[in-house]
Amino acid sequence: MTETMIPLWEVFIRSRNGLAHKHVGSLHAVDATLALQAARDLYTRRGEGLSVWVVPSNAIVASDPADKGMMFEPTASKIYRHPTFYDVPDEVGHM
Amino acid sequence: MATGSVTVADTPLLRYLLRRADDALILGHRVSEWCGHAPIMEEEMALANMGLDLIGQARSLYGYAAEIEGAGNDENTYAYLRDERGYLNLLLVEQSNGDFAATMLRQYLYSAFIHPYWLALMGSPDTTLAAIAAKAEKEAAYHVRHSAEWVIRLGDGTAESHRRIAEALVRLWPFTGEMFEVDAGERGLIDAGVVPDTAGLREGWKHDVAAILQRATLEMPADGWMQQGGREGRHTEAFGHLLSELQYVQRAYPGATW
Repeated sequence: MTETMIPLWEVFIRSRNGLAHKHVGSLHAVDATLALQAARDLYTRRGEGLSVWVVPSNAIVASDPADKGMMFEPTASKIYRHPTFYDVPDEVGHM
Repeated sequence: MATGSVTVADTPLLRYLLRRADDALILGHRVSEWCGHAPIMEEEMALANMGLDLIGQARSLYGYAAEIEGAGNDENTYAYLRDERGYLNLLLVEQSNGDFAATMLRQYLYSAFIHPYWLALMGSPDTTLAAIAAKAEKEAAYHVRHSAEWVIRLGDGTAESHRRIAEALVRLWPFTGEMFEVDAGERGLIDAGVVPDTAGLREGWKHDVAAILQRATLEMPADGWMQQGGREGRHTEAFGHLLSELQYVQRAYPGATW
């Protein structure tokens, strides 16, 4: 019961320099300071992180699952958008 | 058949190591008692993390003590096979958890002392001690931050949370003076430049604690009569109950391993 009164936060972690912050989960916390501490305690116990972001879940604007067809299906037939028709020289390395 | 207790040699450095190790072990054990009982999942993990940090610190210190003593004791015999009078921890850390407010306040009062202590110990010419301190310092810094945030929020929270943490403050305060006590053996180590002088940390601790209590709208208790005895192995009633649980498996099943 008490938990429903505690705001929900989304947690993003950057595991290495140069990578983007990645969504890893959510948590409950009364404010931003404690949300950041809880994110550290819950999601970085095994050396996962170099940087943590927390964002109030209600700040996220999400697509409607009912719009799935309109939003995402039209791309399925456009295989030419995938850069798979090129030979990448070995010297280029990781792309 | 129950296992007999071990005896430990009595030298100033060994005594010093066991005191610090016992502080960490006993507080770590207390914090671990929250497993499955924390008010929210997030604090369940925060408490478990702090407990594991502390028990890790205890292991490092016991390991060094075993090396110095060289009498066949190891971290397990120190932790599980001494009698009550052999434990030299602060009375503060053995006090029962009480509610979440009391647990966080106890954590804060201790961490606000031990964090600057580890920082000072990092300068020790004893490289093992300095290395243990360097690792523990980072862990303690987080314990200070986490517990202080809760002290502030509970003190400056609802009437109920304020009442609970104010009561805990009155209950725990008489156990804080012992942190700064130094006996002749430890004085020798201080004079030799091996370890920092806890007495020198007292003003800084009071200053830090006063600032947090003020933000928590809590009144700092006056420095009255202080409890002591833990450093000499004289414990409060709560300690026997703690030990009976801590030692149960090794006493009932001697030498049991995973």
